[in-house]
Amino acid sequence: MSKQGLMSRELLLTGAIILLLGVIASRFPAFIAPGNLVNVFNDTAPLILLAIGQMIVILTRCIDLSVAANLALTGMVVAMLNVAMPGLPVPVIIALAITFGAVLGMFNGVLVWKLAIPPIVVTLGTMTIFRGIIFLLSEGRWINAHQLSDAFKAFPRTVLLGLPVMSWIALGAVALFVVVMNRTSLGRAFYAAGGNPHAATYAGINVGRTQFWAFTISGALSGLAGYLWVSRFAVAFVDLARGFELTVVAACVIGGVAIMGGSGTVLGAMLGALFLGIISNALPVVNISPFWQLAISGSAIIIAVALNASANRKKGRIILKRAEQAT
Amino acid sequence: MKRRTFSSLAAGLGLAASLMGTSAMAQDNMRIALVVKALGIGFFEAAAEGAQEAAAELGNVEIIYTGPTTTTAEGQIEVINSLIAQGVDAIAISANDPDAVVPALQRAMQRGITVISWDSGVAEEGRMMNLNPSSTELIGNTIIRLAADHMPEGGQVAILSATATSTNQNAWIAAAEAVLPDFPGIELVATVYGDDLSDKSYREAQGLMASFPDLQAIIAPTTVGILAACQAVSDAGKIGEINVTGLGLPSEMAGCVESGATKSFAIWNPIDLGYTATMIAHALATRAATAEPGAEIPTGRMGSVTLDDTTSAAMSDPFTYDASNIDQFKDIF
Repeated sequence: MSKQGLMSRELLLTGAIILLLGVIASRFPAFIAPGNLVNVFNDTAPLILLAIGQMIVILTRCIDLSVAANLALTGMVVAMLNVAMPGLPVPVIIALAITFGAVLGMFNGVLVWKLAIPPIVVTLGTMTIFRGIIFLLSEGRWINAHQLSDAFKAFPRTVLLGLPVMSWIALGAVALFVVVMNRTSLGRAFYAAGGNPHAATYAGINVGRTQFWAFTISGALSGLAGYLWVSRFAVAFVDLARGFELTVVAACVIGGVAIMGGSGTVLGAMLGALFLGIISNALPVVNISPFWQLAISGSAIIIAVALNASANRKKGRIILKRAEQAT
Repeated sequence: MKRRTFSSLAAGLGLAASLMGTSAMAQDNMRIALVVKALGIGFFEAAAEGAQEAAAELGNVEIIYTGPTTTTAEGQIEVINSLIAQGVDAIAISANDPDAVVPALQRAMQRGITVISWDSGVAEEGRMMNLNPSSTELIGNTIIRLAADHMPEGGQVAILSATATSTNQNAWIAAAEAVLPDFPGIELVATVYGDDLSDKSYREAQGLMASFPDLQAIIAPTTVGILAACQAVSDAGKIGEINVTGLGLPSEMAGCVESGATKSFAIWNPIDLGYTATMIAHALATRAATAEPGAEIPTGRMGSVTLDDTTSAAMSDPFTYDASNIDQFKDIF
């Protein structure tokens, strides 16, 4: 039943994306050229990665506001590492980025799990701490294109079978987490812990530990995105990806992830990210005032939340009707 | 304030350094103290180099290069007090706080010390004159000229700014638009805003390339924007077709100049700034010039500066950096 609802939700979103592309194409036809769509997807890849992590965290009734700061800190760390050891192979750098990001995520997770501090407070704090650490590490300096090694910068841009590696990484993450969320006990535990924590506890699921793993995954994906980001824009500094955490949460909300936990899909998060990615890539070419751009992104979020709310209400009514019929 | 001043950027470096000895010196030498935000910052070391150059040119001038070890107003006040005690002839300060250092500087002026501010100014009552590296009009003119220099046939240019509400950038863009008629053939087709975010600036640059296939230059008067545009142009394989220019730091722009995406860019030159500040301090301290509105003070090889109603002056056009001098400056700031 709920599975059916979610599927239609994703179909709805796919329809909205196609409609959006149509509207954009009517004003700027070159936007839907395959080459440009590849660019748009590639540009959205870091957002997709972060949205998957954020979705898992939100499923467990938490929120991770530190993702962008984690991305920036990991990005700075790998950039400094690359400057110090230009010979370090890229796969090692990526492995280190994922590990480092996961450790930062674990820090959030431990605070939420063991100290039971509200996640919004924990991650608001770590967000500032991570940014502060970047400043301490970098002493406010930037790491620039000419300081980074060519291999470091080339990896996400390398084109494989028509798509840049960065896009393949996003697709790979989507595939991996579709399996994890649907076919592993941990994946199902995320849904259970958020859907009904008490029931989950009785079913033998440690809710705190499940939340810890959610933050760890979110951190690992942020770390991976951190390397991709620094490599793609060839610069690392304190303010990297400032405010990006809100875009990530917005992508999840648009993707139909219930902010109260327990409901959401990897595919939905990806579509939500793509929706925002298309808007942010289209706005520069359709020539809309920058003040309107913010309003348009904001409206998309509110419409999505409104749709979510109405969907949830319907479900509630049905349950009540059944209960009435049963008595 | 999204455009970082070099001094505050470099301030993060904050290295511990020892004050230069001010040991026995010939009393007939004029002593000019160059007080910087903090010691050990490349930008200010370069300014001190310029000050030494001016001192050598003037003769009989001794430069005392000093400042606190961290960028605090308290540290600068201590330094100023110690300079008053030493009885220096002039203080030229780049202030960590425009107001906090005023009382100390007023004490210095009461004791007959010439006080000027440069780079990062002091409130009017705390100095005799203030030397700005450049002015809105000069910057506006420079950013257009940088693009026009490489477009002999004319063509389309676009501006990639910071946020739509940033005061500095908007003033510079307005000044740039005002001088456009002086550059026949140069057409400003769009002004877009990257919000000083790498990803948004990158997308806006991509958007400009898509919307205006004949675009020849992207002018970004912001450090984040110019780097993002340079990267977007490189990734699109349009190096040579589109010249990315504007305001940037040599240390950050070295890669773009090397790749050819940026033919030239501008920012003030710290050596010239230190040189000019020293020249002005010397002229005021020797009573060769007075600091009053409208006064013109000669500044050696830099020409001269004219004081406005707030006794502030703009040094010159921002200095242009290109492949010929980037290596010299990229390690400085």
